[in-house]
Amino acid sequence: MLQRILALIVKELLAVLRDPKGRLVLIVPPIVQLLVFANAATLEVRNVDIAVLDRDAGRSGHELVTRIDGSPFFRSIVHLQNLEQLREAIEMRRVIAALHISPSFSRDLAARRPADLQIILDGRRSNAAQIVAGYLGQITEGMVADLHPGASRGPAPAVVVARNWFNPSVDFKWHTVPGLVAVISLLIGLLVTALSVARERELGTFDQLMVSPLRTHEILLGKTVPPLLVGLFHTTVFVLAAVYVFGIPLRGSLIYLYGSALFYLGAIIGIGLFISALSETQQQAILGAFLFAAPAILLSGFATPIENMPDWLQTLTVINPLRWFLVIVKGIFLKALPLDEVLRNTAPLALIALVTLSTAAWLFRHRTE
Amino acid sequence: MEHAVDTEPAPARRLPTFTPGERFRRFYALVRKETQQLVRDPSTILIAFVLPLILLFLFGYGVSLDASRTRIGLVLESSTPAARDLGASFRASPYFDVRVGRDRREFSADLVAGTIRGIVVVPADFGSERLRRGSAPQIQVLVDGSEANTASFVQSYARGVVANWQLATSAQATRRAAPVSIEQRFWFNPELTSRFFLVPGSIAIIMTLIGTLLTALVVAREWERGTMEAMMATPVTAVELLAGKLLPYFVLGLGSMVMCTTIAVFLFGVPFRGSLLALFSLSIAFLCPALGQGLLISAAAKNQFVASQLALLTGFLPGFLLSGFLFEIDSMPLPIRLLTRIVPSRYFVPSLQTVFLVGDVWPQFVRDIAVMSAMGAFLFFLAAKNTQKRLA
Repeated sequence: MLQRILALIVKELLAVLRDPKGRLVLIVPPIVQLLVFANAATLEVRNVDIAVLDRDAGRSGHELVTRIDGSPFFRSIVHLQNLEQLREAIEMRRVIAALHISPSFSRDLAARRPADLQIILDGRRSNAAQIVAGYLGQITEGMVADLHPGASRGPAPAVVVARNWFNPSVDFKWHTVPGLVAVISLLIGLLVTALSVARERELGTFDQLMVSPLRTHEILLGKTVPPLLVGLFHTTVFVLAAVYVFGIPLRGSLIYLYGSALFYLGAIIGIGLFISALSETQQQAILGAFLFAAPAILLSGFATPIENMPDWLQTLTVINPLRWFLVIVKGIFLKALPLDEVLRNTAPLALIALVTLSTAAWLFRHRTE
Repeated sequence: MEHAVDTEPAPARRLPTFTPGERFRRFYALVRKETQQLVRDPSTILIAFVLPLILLFLFGYGVSLDASRTRIGLVLESSTPAARDLGASFRASPYFDVRVGRDRREFSADLVAGTIRGIVVVPADFGSERLRRGSAPQIQVLVDGSEANTASFVQSYARGVVANWQLATSAQATRRAAPVSIEQRFWFNPELTSRFFLVPGSIAIIMTLIGTLLTALVVAREWERGTMEAMMATPVTAVELLAGKLLPYFVLGLGSMVMCTTIAVFLFGVPFRGSLLALFSLSIAFLCPALGQGLLISAAAKNQFVASQLALLTGFLPGFLLSGFLFEIDSMPLPIRLLTRIVPSRYFVPSLQTVFLVGDVWPQFVRDIAVMSAMGAFLFFLAAKNTQKRLA
């Protein structure tokens, strides 16, 4: 019996790896995805262009512009002459924000009257615009504080000291790369398994497999092990790349990571086989895989936090394996996640794997025409 | 002089030629065949109408950058009236869902587990005599840096709460030097609803799916089954064949754009300030490179599995990540910034956001339409060349 299963596993591995184009698809896209997306998926704001309409006759307006120019967040400053130009610069998206300095800015500051400063921001990019507004506010406050040292008498203001745990310099890659390990494994694992049964159906070889002496659970095992091996291979490559290429600290235990990865891949493969068993053709299988992958990635907390979603949608995310594994990967990389937390997030994965794999096995038997 | 009759070549040696009327009839038949094939295939309906609906709902409801009520822990080491007052300000803040404790160790496990995103510590000396003598007490804000965007928002909201509290309490006590009064104005989207720019952007991604993924899959299937070669044996030229294949998908793409726009405006309440003319011109221009890309992928791959992978890798994912839909292009490193220039949706997403939120800004539209059309022409040229090569 063991030999039979082994033969099936070897056959399945060959089916995936024999075709040179198919082999290429398993190796090149994941690496390109990791390299490009690790650098692209950032919500940081740097290198933005801003515009300045400086009507101030005095020196303070100029001083403010110089300080903004010296800040690392801004790439270039566009100097404007009138409000018409300001409107155009924002509308054409040449700049994300425009600073409008009033004619009496220096005079008011010198006289300690409230000096007017208007910041116009592009609401089409409201997330980035809010962050830019924060930068500009800090720069302005810094200038005013230097202009009037010791101005604030009375009770000393409380100082807010912020510390970023787990990621002290708030490097976005630390947040993205561990997440990508989970996301890319999902994409590959799903596609490889979704196609496996559908392809045999299309070619008619699945019926042959069903009438062979192999039992249903043996076929299931033969179809599960090869993608599991492929998935573990990818996980290993990604973890190595995360540590050695991107310099992400690996603070937790690798054993926990691989232990939960087994259940994660099991859940993905279960879903893939489930899709595969339902589809008649490869094309349907690919579409089915996509139909699952797109919501799974969007509703996992990878790109935007789950907390921001409406409550009913947050409840729905419990059936998403990526959501649980994302907590585990990020936790093990950055937070040295303790065992009880690993287990708490692995249990749903095991449950999803159990349900989907047994449904797939049932479908294998009951959907042969 | 009178050799005109002799110079006319023998008609029998000519290749068969067709009058424009015949060519049109042939082309029409081809388009009709493709349309029927498309309408009868259930996966078409799935990609063209069901998938866009699902994605639009996901982007409309699921993807949001508007952090509302982030869960934090508040540690009050001091029980002075000032500390209690500040604690009340945190609890009253619409941005936080606060749990209060006495010791920061109560919360550190929650921060590791990710059930809270930050801890605010009000120190033991807060509000005591020392405060009044002038040394500033430190309020610590410990945030979960593994969620980088949330971390920075928690930080700035916490600063805001403390600053407002200070302003309110010191207003009656002392007059401070007047600061600069900064007036912030967010044009086009004053309420800062991220949905207003995400939903228009997602229309671009949905159209990429139809244009690139669907076309690549369908044409690759024809290559796989050999029906493409059969079509090539007919008198139809390669250009006619490709154009006939694409026309129905072109209409399908526009159809789902109209559906998505309707939902965006009437269900999600996204303002539509531009003109329909601009919306259609941009969409038509964008469909050229999207369809061209799908065609090129199928001609190069000729295999559904590889074609679908390539379509996702070069169409969907760049549309999502490199188009400025969610992530700021300016913040990316230079090589990636250069890479975004060859992504068609990078020219479509900003223009779509403009049509919805700003209005008609024709200089921007004309530039983007020109770039997208040029890309489309180039991709069609490559695809046609690739198809002809197979014939030889």
